[in-house]
Amino acid sequence: MRDTDAGTKGFEVSDELHGEPLEIQMGPSHPATHGTVRITLKLDGERIVDADIQVGYLHRGYEKECESGEWSQAIPYTDRLNYASPMINNVGYCLAAEKLLGVTVPPRGQYIRTIASEISRLSDHFTCIGASAMELAAMTPFLYGVQAREHMWDLHEALCGARVTTNYVRIGGLQSDLPPGFADLCREKLRLALAIFADVDRLLTQNPIFRERMEGTGRLPAPDLIAYGVTGPLLRAAGVGYDVRKAEPYLVYDQIDFDVPVGTSGDNYDRYLVRVEEVRQSARIIEQCLANLPDGPVDVDDPRLRWPAKGKVFNRMEELIDQFKLVTEGMRPPAGEVYQAVEGANGELGFYLVSNGTGKPWKCRCRAPSFSNTHAMRDMVRGALLADIVPTFDMINMIGGECDR
Amino acid sequence: MSTPEPIDHPVLTRLRERFADDVRSVHAWRGDLTAEVTAARIVDVCRFLRDDAELAFDFLSDLTAVDYLGSTPRFEVVYHLKSLTRGHRLRIKTRVSEDAPHLPSVVPVWRGADWLERETWDLYGIRFDGHPDLRRIYLYEEFEGHPLRKDYPKERRQPLVTRADLDEPQVQRQEERDRARYGRWH
Repeated sequence: MRDTDAGTKGFEVSDELHGEPLEIQMGPSHPATHGTVRITLKLDGERIVDADIQVGYLHRGYEKECESGEWSQAIPYTDRLNYASPMINNVGYCLAAEKLLGVTVPPRGQYIRTIASEISRLSDHFTCIGASAMELAAMTPFLYGVQAREHMWDLHEALCGARVTTNYVRIGGLQSDLPPGFADLCREKLRLALAIFADVDRLLTQNPIFRERMEGTGRLPAPDLIAYGVTGPLLRAAGVGYDVRKAEPYLVYDQIDFDVPVGTSGDNYDRYLVRVEEVRQSARIIEQCLANLPDGPVDVDDPRLRWPAKGKVFNRMEELIDQFKLVTEGMRPPAGEVYQAVEGANGELGFYLVSNGTGKPWKCRCRAPSFSNTHAMRDMVRGALLADIVPTFDMINMIGGECDR
Repeated sequence: MSTPEPIDHPVLTRLRERFADDVRSVHAWRGDLTAEVTAARIVDVCRFLRDDAELAFDFLSDLTAVDYLGSTPRFEVVYHLKSLTRGHRLRIKTRVSEDAPHLPSVVPVWRGADWLERETWDLYGIRFDGHPDLRRIYLYEEFEGHPLRKDYPKERRQPLVTRADLDEPQVQRQEERDRARYGRWH
């Protein structure tokens, strides 16, 4: 009831208790969002009238830093884009740089890169599902998810010595070949992680509370998602089977048998189910790669890109010069521009590189899936309840490092 | 891009048929189809690329700018398109001058361009005419300059803006903006 005009005698009486919309802030640091983002909400009761999503809290000038270093010095920065799946970023950047240079890595290198990518994808999905469950007040699946992720990070560590900031892939090859006994270790860690993940699946998939929060929320029709540039599990849950690994195969994905799970309704529950199935498919890919792993070198045989063997550097003039030039000047791709897309854990991860023929990138752009996915969130939550923000934001899986760059 | 070989691709042919005068150059270096078009017609070109049944570029993958400091026009705005139904990709580029760094917005064609154009404005200082809400996305309003421009030094420090540094109209503007953005219960 509200006095509309002081000049009139009577009151305007309404059945509904309507006030003006309430504005509240969610974030930038909120216990129920795993990502640093501020959402300014306009609420009518518990209904969301409008949501202004403000990103940028993790902006650290990724591109500016890359432009000031050599081509190979950008690789450590790519680790920090999507820090839940660092290897995929390494692979994406190096594939783009190799496209610029016009070189292709030998088959063994490609297989190892595929394995590394899928290990990272598993790590990302374990994190996303575990953290989402925690934000919907289920603590156990989070602890299980982190435990499963630890096994994946053990594999990162076996590959390159680091667990998160991997810096494993190099332009023209890899930091090193597989360590001895890696195949057995990988199979064992996969078995352990999948056993834990089966428990997460049993705890969540048929859990009535979890389903109640997830089913029917955050839905957006496929044409809207496409208009926003949304990719990855979000788009596939809405019935569009776009996966860069199938649409534009890179590495060895065209030689491997795997399925792309697709949902029907496009709600948060479907997004969850797509991720659960992708975990199984990633495990299939890794097993096939381990079984078919060819012998041979992992690096391209090109002294402009990869260092010659130490023994040759010490004893031969030409290799000494090659190493000296690579260390002092860096590699020099021809002038030109390329765009290379890979399937990140959250969608299409693209790198647009521009070279002017010098030893430094002129432009080192990263097309981050989280950025476009978070952009679409406004339409996903408008008209929904305040509580629906949490599962929707969970399934968008915004990774600040990648979204804000 | 040293050897300009003749390019014969149905996507580029179709684009050239429709916009003969506005497609200034094309190349397909390393397999990436690229067309440079005039800035004034960018919205028409994009709408045609999206709506034409044979091209069907329904998906704006990326939008960014490149600063070619020293050449005129100085900036290049780059659109990466993808057709989910047809599977092909295309890169559209257009040149923007330093004196008048603005060009029409493609938000009416692809909604996803909204944040991407805000980012380009924020980091390169290129304005998009007709954009519904062109404000900085990563940096704060008081930030001076556009950091991805090549003449912005990486080491440059930004002044710490406090209330004491602002004059009365600036304070009022800031308060109005805060009220509009954060609400009065902030």
